[in-house]
Amino acid sequence: MSAIISVESLTKNFGDFVAVDHVSFAIEPGEIFGYLGPNGSGKTTTMRMLLGLLRPASGRARIFGLDSVAQTEQIRPRVGYMSQRFSLYEDLTVGENLAFYGGVYGLRGPQLALRRSEVLALIGLVGRESDRALDLAGGWRQRLALGIALLHKPDLLFLDEPTSGVDPEARRAFWDLIYTLASEGTTVFVSTHYMDEAEHCGRLGIMNQGRLLALDTPTALKRSVVTGQAFDIETADLVGALDILSAAPGIERAGLLGDHLHVIAGRDQHTPQTLAHVLAAFPTVEVTPAEVTLDDVFMVLAGR
Amino acid sequence: MITRLWSLIRKEFIQIVRDPRTLAITFFMPVVQMLLLGYSATNDVRNVPLAVWDQSRSAESRQLLDAYRAADYFRITHEVEGEAAIRDLIDQGSIRAAIIVPPDYAEALARGEVAQVAFVIDGSDPTIAGTALSAATLIGQARSTAIMAERLAARGQAGALRTAIDVRTQVLFNPDLISAYYMVPALVGLILQFLTIVLTSGAIVRERERGTIEQLIVTPIRSWELVVGKLTPYVFIAFFDSLEVLVVGRLLFDVPINGSLLLLLSLTALFLVTTLGLGLLISTLANTQQEATITSIFFNLPAIFLSGFFYPLAAMPPLLQWLSYLIPLRYFLVVVRGITLKGVGLEALWFEVVALAVFAVVIMGSAALRFRKRLD
Repeated sequence: MSAIISVESLTKNFGDFVAVDHVSFAIEPGEIFGYLGPNGSGKTTTMRMLLGLLRPASGRARIFGLDSVAQTEQIRPRVGYMSQRFSLYEDLTVGENLAFYGGVYGLRGPQLALRRSEVLALIGLVGRESDRALDLAGGWRQRLALGIALLHKPDLLFLDEPTSGVDPEARRAFWDLIYTLASEGTTVFVSTHYMDEAEHCGRLGIMNQGRLLALDTPTALKRSVVTGQAFDIETADLVGALDILSAAPGIERAGLLGDHLHVIAGRDQHTPQTLAHVLAAFPTVEVTPAEVTLDDVFMVLAGR
Repeated sequence: MITRLWSLIRKEFIQIVRDPRTLAITFFMPVVQMLLLGYSATNDVRNVPLAVWDQSRSAESRQLLDAYRAADYFRITHEVEGEAAIRDLIDQGSIRAAIIVPPDYAEALARGEVAQVAFVIDGSDPTIAGTALSAATLIGQARSTAIMAERLAARGQAGALRTAIDVRTQVLFNPDLISAYYMVPALVGLILQFLTIVLTSGAIVRERERGTIEQLIVTPIRSWELVVGKLTPYVFIAFFDSLEVLVVGRLLFDVPINGSLLLLLSLTALFLVTTLGLGLLISTLANTQQEATITSIFFNLPAIFLSGFFYPLAAMPPLLQWLSYLIPLRYFLVVVRGITLKGVGLEALWFEVVALAVFAVVIMGSAALRFRKRLD
């Protein structure tokens, strides 16, 4: 068995609400697999089932070829998990948090001391061992939580929205860390609702309302899901231009993207010139060809 | 396994030491409770305030009042004229009882008739009223006997008055009937129950509330290791508190420990298994610390009343007596009072020990079954 995670028709419902609906996928060793979707789309529930925290209603998941329900205890020593809530003990220091989780994973003595200093160096918290976790800033706390998930050198790492509530610079640094781990052979399963973050992943599974809508590399998804061409349009009256474009023929989708409009036109339906013509009534219109974004991919998939 | 367990116990101790609220409950609550109970929860009624309406104003009436004054049950605080004044004082709460000597008291005695004396008691507090009633009757009877002896002596029949029955009472174990001797050892049971249930249920629910339980569950730690590791620190605290109460009880209230301290501590351990199990059980039912605290109080209060801590079980209606058999504290109070006060050993306590053992197995068993390493 080569797949490190293989999921077949995994389903979980809470009463009438179907949180995860017949999801199937397989993940190869060494991948950075992104699980992308809005809040409430079933990302956390999937992860909790893979970790044996929740029992699936139907379907099954195998981790390292082991059953996620029946063989949970054999799986646990080999996986690391960073939950959405950064499960640190706030009243313990950085060092105590690491020592505690290290001990719980069976590390002790010189082995624990060595691993602890390795992890401290990796997450950049050397010299701050005696700070209380409570006093750490958001980005550092998140790094400590990752450090805890890494202490026992897991083969597979689950990260549930690891960068939510963290500033962009810390997010960048955090992703550098994830690349480092992946290059050392750790398989990473990371959930996110940030589209830009999803770009960092090797392959992406796109979740919406409990269903896995598509699974591929970000580039392949953009190519296969979005058939039209993307354009960025700058103009003084964004809202007025958006109204006109939404109703114009040959436009699949038009939306606001920061300080400009992002438009998907049907294949070979428009050029920058024809779009400028549609918006002839508006002053200072500038149209440039653009890249298809994951946002476009998600909107197309969710709209089907 | 040892590494996992030890890490958990160490972490738990660090958290206890860092939490001032838990520390205060742990170390000061037992002593404060004991001081309060030792000094306030006493049934020893002394110095009941008494008003006197002496209408006779004779040597005889003064002799009678001196008899009441001499007994330390009463303290004559008011001398009044008229029943209205007595009612007023009772209404105000200034006095608890009043004695009314009629104008013809001395004359009636002189004529050899039965002299009547009225004794009014405020019955609103049954404990005080009961003591006052029996004390008043006893003092009156003693005085009556003395007067009869004087009369017989006057007729030259001294020594003719002899009591028909002489009841020789002998109070065992606590001859001076000091409440503290009875209450303070029982306080060990009360504090152990309260403390262990509140602290252990809180400690486990706190992990759930803060989300750390999720991280803990995905580690290779086993369910039983989690339970044992979480409970162990509280076993130490509970033992420390038991000894604290016994030592302070000894120093402040001279509470004796007549039996084997080793036996007491062993049976304390048995009792602790039941209360820790209850704490664990509550933690599986509650989602927040607040819920856990309320549930513990909901259990603790009836348990205290049904345990025989304040009121004797024998005086309760049969239904409540039956219910009391479901309260582990009930058995432990018999054990702790028996060992400290009576100095009895296992031979007298086997029923309680068996009952506690059954509770320990049932409660811990069901708590362990309910306590799962899963979220749903």
